[in-house]
Amino acid sequence: MTLLEAALRAVAALAAFLVLPLLVGQAEHKVMAHMQGRLGPMYAGGFHGWAQLVADGVKFLQKEDITPRAADRWVFRLAPGVALVPYLLALALLPVHPGVAAVDVPGSLVLLLAATSVGALGTLMAGWSSANKYSLIGGLRAAAQLVSYELPLVLAVASVALAGGSLSLVGLVDAWSPWWLLWQLPGGVVFLVAAAAELQRPPFDMPVADAELVMGAWTEYTGLRFAFFLLAEYAGIVVMSVLFAVLWLGGWHGPFPDALGWLWTLAKGFVVALVVIWVRVAWPRLREDQLQRLAWLWLVPLGLFQVVLTGVGVVAGW
Amino acid sequence: MTALDTAFAACGVLAVVGGLLAVTTRHVVHAALWLVVALLGVAGSLLVLGAELVALVLVLVYVGAVVVLVLFALMLTRAPIGPDRAHAVGGWRSAGAALLGLTTAGLLATVLVPLADGSVRRADVASRQVAAQLFGTWVWPFELLSLLLLAALVGALAVARRPAAEGAS
Repeated sequence: MTLLEAALRAVAALAAFLVLPLLVGQAEHKVMAHMQGRLGPMYAGGFHGWAQLVADGVKFLQKEDITPRAADRWVFRLAPGVALVPYLLALALLPVHPGVAAVDVPGSLVLLLAATSVGALGTLMAGWSSANKYSLIGGLRAAAQLVSYELPLVLAVASVALAGGSLSLVGLVDAWSPWWLLWQLPGGVVFLVAAAAELQRPPFDMPVADAELVMGAWTEYTGLRFAFFLLAEYAGIVVMSVLFAVLWLGGWHGPFPDALGWLWTLAKGFVVALVVIWVRVAWPRLREDQLQRLAWLWLVPLGLFQVVLTGVGVVAGW
Repeated sequence: MTALDTAFAACGVLAVVGGLLAVTTRHVVHAALWLVVALLGVAGSLLVLGAELVALVLVLVYVGAVVVLVLFALMLTRAPIGPDRAHAVGGWRSAGAALLGLTTAGLLATVLVPLADGSVRRADVASRQVAAQLFGTWVWPFELLSLLLLAALVGALAVARRPAAEGAS
């Protein structure tokens, strides 16, 4: 790989990182509004408020960057970066078209999981270092949630890796067949629920719970650092949605010529992102004990069942 | 010095500095975070040497789960912002710990340094090889370890449940 190619790939990944989360954010504004019988932001940019998120970005940029006096200065300032940067790496790993991924390594699946698990540290750092009890409780809840949901997430992904016989995302898409839609269905459900919990999206948003914890770990953040957390959340939705599309829905497999593969991947990922948004509108927030119950009594057994099912299938040569 | 040497040295320095700071810092949560830096350094060294799977699993398990658990335990008990003077150890114990650490490091160095010939070689280890070794040659130790962990888990559950059962009866 020449230096120019590496630079091009990095710029492409950065562009995707800056554009796709905004698209999902705008879709959330609009889809959520219409599901609740209202219009959503309509003013910014003229046509249906398309520039609302750009305006939000400008607004965040102008706000004062405050670090509370009692806070642990370094950890507090570092936390948004720790939350954001791993998702950039994760996004760069996702393949969208045969042979098209910003970073193509043999173990991309494990690297992606490792990167997202590092990103979770950012919330914990923010919650602890803010010197605020709401933030601390938010951080605590986040930690409990992340520990519980990491396991079903990894189990579901491991099942697909087992079925495809590869740890590379590209290899897994190549091995994909429509039969997986049924065979890997329990794992897919587990992944979708666990991913929503990992991203702390409603109905699993007790760590941020704005009504009781005033945004939890993010309470003390202002301006650009707060925006970084929001961007990390939406980048997380993009990563998890496209990952689901790649692993369970077959990425670029679809009717029409192969040249449209990238469109298939992105369209499937966008549909999954819409489901994530839909779930936010449809369900109220779970209670903390209900969340743990769901993880340990339903998702972990279901994930284990899926691994056994996949193992039987692989040995029997389905 | 090749690029590989430089990358390996950088990751090694990161791991050592992170580890030293994790041990010497007076801030408990900082210690956990320096541990993350040390682990990332070790994972980087492994990556440079070509052991991709081991490096990634190290990050996934130790940073993603173990450090999160450590931070959870710290936040649940007492993790003051600022230096923790209440748990400061005396001079004798610090000296003893330093001596022990230096002795272990020296012992390891005397054993390992003669084995190194000064160059960093990359031996690409495929996941398949790791799997074949783990589930072929080393399958019994592997299963025994899982049993040990299971026993520890059940034991922890028993310890945690006992007071509640007594209170109920």
